[in-house]
Amino acid sequence: MAVLDIATTVDARGLSCPMPIVKTAQAVKPLPSGALVEVLATDPGSTKDFVAWCRQTGNELVEQSVDGAVYRFVIRRK
Amino acid sequence: MTLPVEPTKPFAPIAEAIADVEGVDPEVAAGEGSVPEAFVQALAEERDEVKPRELVIICYSGDLEKTWASLILASTAAASGVPTKMFLTFWGLQTFVKDEKRITGRNWMQRMLSFMQRPGISHRKLSKMNFLGMGPWMMGRLAKQYGVAKPKELLEAAQALGVELMPCQMTMDMFGLTRDDMIDGMGEPVGAATVVELLSNGAAPLFI
Repeated sequence: MAVLDIATTVDARGLSCPMPIVKTAQAVKPLPSGALVEVLATDPGSTKDFVAWCRQTGNELVEQSVDGAVYRFVIRRK
Repeated sequence: MTLPVEPTKPFAPIAEAIADVEGVDPEVAAGEGSVPEAFVQALAEERDEVKPRELVIICYSGDLEKTWASLILASTAAASGVPTKMFLTFWGLQTFVKDEKRITGRNWMQRMLSFMQRPGISHRKLSKMNFLGMGPWMMGRLAKQYGVAKPKELLEAAQALGVELMPCQMTMDMFGLTRDDMIDGMGEPVGAATVVELLSNGAAPLFI
């Protein structure tokens, strides 16, 4: 796997709905178009939620993986 | 049985719109020939300019559980790029009084009401099983245990994401609330007509 140039990481581990999404939206806002954001979450609902959120906002879900109980998402800003 | 099919012509406003696009054959505008590339492009540009549908949450209840749900939806909608407005009316407006305000109102009845039901986002009660504050206290403990953001945090996030708070003028008058009683970042007080206009223009409504 190629090493991605992550602009910022959102640590949403231990947070429940809707904070992973809210924190990600806030983190994405000031970034330039094309920047990559990494999100770490433990909320199992986030797997569906980040897909829906990316569809809704037009941001691109580049990567999605799970390591134990931690879900990792990489999102490219629209 | 087959029905006779009338040859279709563009609907008048569409025909006008087509004729407005530069370089369109008048014949095309009249419904003959093929649709030119310029028109397709103009349509696509117009589509891209379309704003997402607005969300209007009418916050009527001041109960903890309903306030919580409204703020979860409002902050998520704003985080998803949906222009979101909250119309704060009746008991829903009490939630948006500053936490430190204990007694509000001008006359004894308004003051008495605020005394009996403390305003502010951190002093909401459950509509059922409140048990003199035991219910909300347990909800708070559980929220902390499971990483659920409290209404106050959600409100801060919602405001940071641009959720517009519209206090109801009538409710402010009836409860004797001043602009100074309300939290910072409130919009101008409005009435029902403002909400009706938003809804008739296609905003998605939620009455909570």
